[in-house]
Amino acid sequence: MSASSNGSKDQARSKQQVLSVAVRDKPGVLVRIAGLFARRGFNIESLSVAQSERPGISRTTFVVSGPDDTIEQVEKQLQKLIDVLTVVNHTTGRSVDRELMLLKVSVKNPDERVEIRQIAQDFRARILDVARSALVFEVTGDEHKMDAFIEQMRPFGIIELIRTGRIALERTASG
Amino acid sequence: MTGSEVLMKLLERHGVEVIFGHPGGAIMPIYDALYDSPIKHILVRHEQGGAHMADAYYRASGKVGVCFATSGPGATNLVTGLATAMMDSSAVVAITGNVVSGLIGTDAFQEADVYGITGPVTKHNYLVKSVEELPRVIAEAFHIASTGRPGPVLVDIPKDVQLAKYDGSLDAEIDLPGYKPTVVGHAGQIRKAAEAVRAAKRPVMIVGGGGQVAPREVAELVERTGIPVITTLMGIGAYPPAADESLGMPGMHGTVSANKAISHCDLILGAGLRFDDRVTGKISRFAPNATVVHIDIDPAEISKLVKAHVPVVGDLRDVLPRLTQELGPLDIGEWRATLAGWKATYPEKYALDKPLVSQEILAMLREATGGDCVVATEVGQHQMFAARMLPTTKARSFITSGGLGTMGFGLPAAIGAATARKGETVVLIAGDGSIQMNIQELATLYKENLPVVIAILNNGVLGMVRQWQELFHAQRYSEIYLADSNPDFAKLAQAYGIEGHNIHDRETAKSAIQAAVAAKKPVLLNFFVYEAEKVFPMVPAGAGVDEMILGDQEPEPVVAREPETVAR
Repeated sequence: MSASSNGSKDQARSKQQVLSVAVRDKPGVLVRIAGLFARRGFNIESLSVAQSERPGISRTTFVVSGPDDTIEQVEKQLQKLIDVLTVVNHTTGRSVDRELMLLKVSVKNPDERVEIRQIAQDFRARILDVARSALVFEVTGDEHKMDAFIEQMRPFGIIELIRTGRIALERTASG
Repeated sequence: MTGSEVLMKLLERHGVEVIFGHPGGAIMPIYDALYDSPIKHILVRHEQGGAHMADAYYRASGKVGVCFATSGPGATNLVTGLATAMMDSSAVVAITGNVVSGLIGTDAFQEADVYGITGPVTKHNYLVKSVEELPRVIAEAFHIASTGRPGPVLVDIPKDVQLAKYDGSLDAEIDLPGYKPTVVGHAGQIRKAAEAVRAAKRPVMIVGGGGQVAPREVAELVERTGIPVITTLMGIGAYPPAADESLGMPGMHGTVSANKAISHCDLILGAGLRFDDRVTGKISRFAPNATVVHIDIDPAEISKLVKAHVPVVGDLRDVLPRLTQELGPLDIGEWRATLAGWKATYPEKYALDKPLVSQEILAMLREATGGDCVVATEVGQHQMFAARMLPTTKARSFITSGGLGTMGFGLPAAIGAATARKGETVVLIAGDGSIQMNIQELATLYKENLPVVIAILNNGVLGMVRQWQELFHAQRYSEIYLADSNPDFAKLAQAYGIEGHNIHDRETAKSAIQAAVAAKKPVLLNFFVYEAEKVFPMVPAGAGVDEMILGDQEPEPVVAREPETVAR
């Protein structure tokens, strides 16, 4: 389950896809799913698991990349797992997705502090922790916003960051 | 009742008549309950043997095979058997004991993460947490194993659960909202399939392991349409091999007519097969001009390897009759004539230039049994020879490890099949390499005294590996020589109490085979055949099925091709 990016040739053939998999809360379900991805040589770029609106059922969101036919095969293999209830591919664009990130940035002087807080405001990032030498921010948004915020913070010195990975839901058809 | 007694009662309720197993510390309460159970238990000498027996029992009968093993090494010994059953879609329920719940995860004596280890080689598995779960888990295990695409299910039961008291009901609702196999084919897809078949000028049907449940339905479709039939290794017996329409086996060691039919056809009607690489060869050269209609109960097999133009998901017993209804006799006289020509041009042939050759032994066995027997095989050259020379006339009768290619499968499989098919003679075709991988089951065979004729085609080498080394590795024969250290198989059989004969010539072979088939008890015949025998035709790994090596000239070594994984 590494998140490393591959060579450009692979990138050209494969695209990022978001799979939402509803599973029963049973021991070993995640291992089975992860095993499927691993066996087919898939990178799981992110993975989030949490309870859904129904008791006993979790929703897992995977961001994976691979060629379309391989992804289709993985969707079918996932569907075969006894404890998997539904598999939805969100790549069609009919879904909304979000990610949450916590980022700790170093602050060396008061001028930097002002500048960092200004940037954070532009990103609607919330301050979670304030110390003399560091600030911790919470940011939500799509992955491009996360990436942009990281780029803005990088010159100041990112001490640590953690991202939840994407979560997604299908839109309701309007009309 | 204790959990163990509950388990035995539940197995009885599911119609289990025989269990293949081996006891040990963590499954002793279950064996204690077995002591009072009417279910027959066959004591195996290695748990792997038990798993293969349960697997073959299902293949030969259609009834779920059951095996028992203890925790740790007992359970890990099942793994090859489970993987074999998984690859060939065989319904097995494996019950393993585990250490008491409180010790799980502490590296206790004979503890292994059986649930974790067996996950990838089972259709589903369970670790039972409390005795209350048992009725539901066992019901689900049998349901999952035997429905949809069949497969093995493992149920791991900690010792405290085996001992726990239970006064509740043995009835339990299955609770599997995520498991709904598609049995009934989509009417629109079946209509499209019929249109495609009707439009074809050169159609061919390929029947795989799925055909074992639907031989009548296959025969009816062929009878109505006259479509030529290819049966894969797993499909042998799903259609009578001697019929005019039958082209035999496709693929790496398939017949010339089957492979030529695939290369020249304009439609493939694939039924219950998964287009394994040993069948297709190089995919881009596989049936390049064909429309592919693919019927399978497992949607994940559709377009996995060969793109299906018309997919139909469903059980062959539902789909084939409905397809037959939409079809009439096909106007394919010219194509059938072409195929008949190929069959006549490329018959099975072999030279009798050595004192004994494998094919003639198989021909003698076919003659002695009328082909109307159960055949089990090990894995290797003898397996391919058997598929071509001794295909069975009935379904569920050619028992072989196709997908996983498990050496050591054959002897236990013969025992499992003979247990399932009481009274029928089982012929085991084995190699001198393979049979040694589970040779200890001779003891089980002796004990059960089943009518199994063991024919070892003993060439003194690991023949299939030798064949690859000769053809693709510049005759660098690496670690294949067995003859200098093989046991005397006849004496070995005798040591187990089984009649055994070493046979060097064709006169003795013929009479020994006739006597063994008539004996209705275990007999081991050890035939000394020529070391350098090869299975031809052969499609080299990575080549197309149109690139067969026919082998009618003496070996013209092909060294250029890239070596792929070695077949055993």
